[in-house]
Amino acid sequence: MGDSDLTLSRFTRVERWVHRGTALLMGTCLLTAFVLYYGPMSLAVGHRHVVELVHVVAGYALPVPMLLGLVSAAYRADLGVLNRFSRDDWQWLRSRNRRNGSFAVGKFNAGQKLNASLVAGSVVVLVGTGTLMFWTGLVRLSWRTGATFVHDWFALGLGLLVLGHIWFAIADPHAREGMRTGRVSRRWAEKEHPDWVARLSPSAEDGRGAASGTGRGRARRR
Amino acid sequence: MTRPAQPEPEPGAPVGRRVVLGLLGLGVAGVIGGASFSRRLSEWLAPVELRDPTGLLSTLPLGPVFRFYSVTGSVVTRDAKTYRLTVGGLVARPSTYRLDDLRSLPRTSFTSDFHCVTGWVVPGVEWAGVRLSELLDRAQPSSSAKAVRFRSFDGVYTESLPLDEAREEHVVVALEMLGGPVSHDHGGPVRMYVDGQYGYKSTKWLSGIELTSDEVPGYWEHRGYEVDGTIRG
Repeated sequence: MGDSDLTLSRFTRVERWVHRGTALLMGTCLLTAFVLYYGPMSLAVGHRHVVELVHVVAGYALPVPMLLGLVSAAYRADLGVLNRFSRDDWQWLRSRNRRNGSFAVGKFNAGQKLNASLVAGSVVVLVGTGTLMFWTGLVRLSWRTGATFVHDWFALGLGLLVLGHIWFAIADPHAREGMRTGRVSRRWAEKEHPDWVARLSPSAEDGRGAASGTGRGRARRR
Repeated sequence: MTRPAQPEPEPGAPVGRRVVLGLLGLGVAGVIGGASFSRRLSEWLAPVELRDPTGLLSTLPLGPVFRFYSVTGSVVTRDAKTYRLTVGGLVARPSTYRLDDLRSLPRTSFTSDFHCVTGWVVPGVEWAGVRLSELLDRAQPSSSAKAVRFRSFDGVYTESLPLDEAREEHVVVALEMLGGPVSHDHGGPVRMYVDGQYGYKSTKWLSGIELTSDEVPGYWEHRGYEVDGTIRG
């Protein structure tokens, strides 16, 4: 077994459960949203009150797995990584050949970072505007009309983000394996996330343990 | 239990947080200004939408589109042959109307904005039909009648109005909307339209009008909406 077949630990159990919970709730929200919004579906399915309740409950539950994840240090650390954009990230976003391996891509590439923040912001906006629509006594009518307008567009945007996310996942079995099992092949990681691999401690390989970064990657940084 | 190694803190600006805050700002601005923005957007797009052969534009949340509510599963279709409207309860002369009977009664028409309580609005909807007061006069409510109850042939939906509100000019048993017969999806062949009140007061697939001594809360009112559906800005 060559060095390139070794696997690296990428996501902890907590992170994978956050992902599963979020995926389930997001799917529920988007499916019920489609039924509530798209006229032919609204009438074919009917039972508006039940569909609405499922949508609202799933919507309020949607941030819960992410908030529960905060108890995990690994999850908090990944949030920190997702939050920060390096100079390489900006170049990665602008580049047309961002996949050619010449960028110092860390644990997440700039597209994943952008997706994460857009999803997080959209979820907050959707929960807020959904609240104004559901408890109709909270604000005046014109604000409720505005809330509906915002909710519609953010839902459309979030739906497209999720579709894009699924699209990229379908295209990359190694990335899927990473989220399913928590582990990825070293070869894949060196191609897609070279800076992450470079800064992992040797003991992280084969999951023998965890340690903070060793600084091996510093040479790559400007 | 295995844990991945922690990478060093990434250098660079907290762009993720800024994106989240930016979206929040956009959301707040949209809530406050979205009503007038979407109105202008739809006025501007209306001519394009009319000529859009794909019909895709009207599925986007570009502005005023009706959302189709049904509180049951699929609703049976009724036409001129099978449709009946009963008027009964506390009245001297209960009666049943066919679609042609309703069409032969004095017709009234007007244009008004349709407001859903959740916020969506369709401006300038044309309505035509028989004033509810016309049907009430023919039925001759007894002195103990204080309210009107509406039933739907979906078998579940009910609504109500106090008798004085039910007699108002723009409370109609609608036979036409948007320049044509009321379609099945819009609650046809006959639905209520109560001007000045939120959409949930306007029963779709109307099958029964019943005079009662007290106002009986309807379907949505058992689920949190107010019995008084008056639109207040």
